[in-house]
Amino acid sequence: MLTDTEAADQATGPDDIRRRVRELLEAHDPASTPRLDFLRARFDAGLAWVHYPVGLGGLGAPRTLQPVADAELAAASAPANDPRRIGIGLGMAAPTILAFGTPQQQQRWLRPLWTGEEVWCQLFSEPGAGSDLAGLATRAVPATGNDDAPDGWRVSGQKVWTSMAHKARWAILVARTDPDVPKHAGLTYFACDMTAPGVEVRPLRQLTGEAEFNEVFLADVPIPDSDRLGAVGNGWRVAQTTLMNERVAIGGGTTPREGGMIAGPVATWRDQPGLRTPGLHDRLLRLWVDAEVARIAGARLRQQLAAGRPGPEGSAAKLVFARLNQEISAFEVELAAGDGLLYDDWTMTRPEGANFYGRGPGYRYLRARGNSIEGGTSEILRNIIAERVLGLPPEIRVDKDVPWKDLPR
Amino acid sequence: MERPAAMTQPTPRGEIPDLLYSEAENDLRQAVKALFAERCRPADVLARIETGETYDLPLWHALAADLGCAGLLVPESLGGAGASYREAAVVAEETGRSAAPVPYLGSAVVATAALLAAVGAEPASDDDSKLLASLADGAQTAALAIAFESWPGSELPGSVRVVAPSAGDQAGGARLTGTAARIADALPADVLLVPADGVPYGLYVVDAHAHGVTRSPVVSLDSTRQLCDLTLDAAPARRVAAGDAATAAVAAALSAGAAMLAAEQLGLAERCLEMTVAYVKERRQFARQVGSFQAIKHRLADLYVSVAQARAVARYAAGCLADDSPDVPVAVAMAKAYCGDAAVKAAEECVQLHGGIGFTWEHPAHLYLKRAKSGSVAFGTPDRHRAALAGLVNLPGA
Repeated sequence: MLTDTEAADQATGPDDIRRRVRELLEAHDPASTPRLDFLRARFDAGLAWVHYPVGLGGLGAPRTLQPVADAELAAASAPANDPRRIGIGLGMAAPTILAFGTPQQQQRWLRPLWTGEEVWCQLFSEPGAGSDLAGLATRAVPATGNDDAPDGWRVSGQKVWTSMAHKARWAILVARTDPDVPKHAGLTYFACDMTAPGVEVRPLRQLTGEAEFNEVFLADVPIPDSDRLGAVGNGWRVAQTTLMNERVAIGGGTTPREGGMIAGPVATWRDQPGLRTPGLHDRLLRLWVDAEVARIAGARLRQQLAAGRPGPEGSAAKLVFARLNQEISAFEVELAAGDGLLYDDWTMTRPEGANFYGRGPGYRYLRARGNSIEGGTSEILRNIIAERVLGLPPEIRVDKDVPWKDLPR
Repeated sequence: MERPAAMTQPTPRGEIPDLLYSEAENDLRQAVKALFAERCRPADVLARIETGETYDLPLWHALAADLGCAGLLVPESLGGAGASYREAAVVAEETGRSAAPVPYLGSAVVATAALLAAVGAEPASDDDSKLLASLADGAQTAALAIAFESWPGSELPGSVRVVAPSAGDQAGGARLTGTAARIADALPADVLLVPADGVPYGLYVVDAHAHGVTRSPVVSLDSTRQLCDLTLDAAPARRVAAGDAATAAVAAALSAGAAMLAAEQLGLAERCLEMTVAYVKERRQFARQVGSFQAIKHRLADLYVSVAQARAVARYAAGCLADDSPDVPVAVAMAKAYCGDAAVKAAEECVQLHGGIGFTWEHPAHLYLKRAKSGSVAFGTPDRHRAALAGLVNLPGA
């Protein structure tokens, strides 16, 4: 008997992928086909994400074949789907919809998600629920039908740290459907239509001066039961799928040597000998080594994934990423000396997505402070490594067996 | 055990080599692990360093000859396994993990690398072929007579000189006189490779048991790798490389030594982490496992992260050496700098998180602490290697 991977290899090797790309390009010349039409055709040809199932933008092929399709399409100057703008959809909503969505939901959402026609955002964190996400207070109550089998919900509460909410058509949302059970058990996962009545989006200005994120106020927002992902009360487990993908998305990525945050300071060091001091030299060399070692460790992690041997090192990647971004950018401000006293622009703007390595040293330094908070604080990540990887005893919990409504807050 | 063959394909230029462990490497590791589990337990090492003979020669013979680890780097044509630095690194990791008092690093890596660099994979001389074959099959043990703190590119010592031959010496033979200090793995060696000043500078083979050769053990920070001082008094010697070839052979040996020591430090750090995690799960204070305190958990999580990073860079250096990559100097400097600091940190945390018991002589934590600290100085401190990187990657100093 063939394993799944072997079967997929037979169905779609690199040559098969190239053949399919050729057929796509022949039928839809990128030079004359409107961008959206081409992206839809690419999705329908199974070349969007080849590891997704047939009919949902994929071919059920190994994930490692995706770069083959991407390279061929890039070489033909085919339009791309602007992954930075739709990162939350691609990285978090899509894997969750794939894992927990009904066939109807998958058909409805995945294609416009991938093409970028519909931007997704994430309604998880709340002012009162950051690291303790499971303690969230946004309520979803049955609106119509009966309580055991509602055909619709009304959602009220406040969400925060929502990037792209002002551009989004859809949100992945976790809300409390049962306050009478312990906190993890009373959550349900929904897709929320951001154009529904009662959704209000306000920019949340951050310490860099701009507003990548929003606050989202939900006042009696109607959500049909057909937009629920997973079973009622199963929201915590569904959210775990989303969050694991978030950490991979934030910690991953390939860069060349001296790419990423270290690029700025090494260029300044080489260009401006007058800024060099012995102490800074020592720090730069340490940071250079740490950055390069982290890059190699990232490559090793990808080798493990490609070999089908995912290791627990993945949880370490984001911790290192955050610490290095902070240390290197802090170094860079000091290296810049007089220029380190300046800042490019405090004007409130609405960037499309984060740019950790953009703008000036001051901006990079300030933005990096968020790296150890967003997507799981470094403290929570250390707990995860200690408990799930090293097997150390869990934190002593006072909130595990108490109904959510009885917790002190 | 079947000897491992070189399994991995060379890496194309500029790409990151395979950083995972192959099946052959895992088999090799299991064989070494099984040997050490039986004969190199912490109690064995603690007992051994209290004796006059700190090196465990029967254990070394089992590793070198029975498991074939002495000949990993030696070509098959010379009786070796024809394996690569990837496999050699796996054995180094295990010697670090067990703080094994065996001259693997000094003989199977450093001296073998020096000799191979000096005479090539197809030596012209029968004596050289025989010597390499005897190192490969574990019949003889060798050491490079150079201070353990030397680093790739450090100035070569001039304290041993070529002196006039004695009456009756064979043609081509030489005599060496002088001293060399703090040599690692020379105490159990049969053969010494001695860099010596003369016209020209040369690398010489000296019979360690010959008249005129005196090795004096020195009290060392790390008793699991006891150093010695060497005095040569018109000791008979045979030259294997001269001039630039000798200098290059020594540099290649130090580079290989630094990379394999980094792998050893990785194994040591892994062991310290495992030992500490096991202990904090078992030890109770305040009616709970001390490993349930977040102050402890976070320190161990950080240690886990640095060990994972060390594993990647140690593998990278081994892979670059195996592929003879142009990035070898950078890879070795990074690996030695990073793994040196990581191992010391792991051993220090091991002592601290064991509390009182970690400060005793009976607990093996101190074996690892001493081996880690000593290893971080050996073949160049982390700072030395970062300084070397400054030149290699064009980040000049102030």
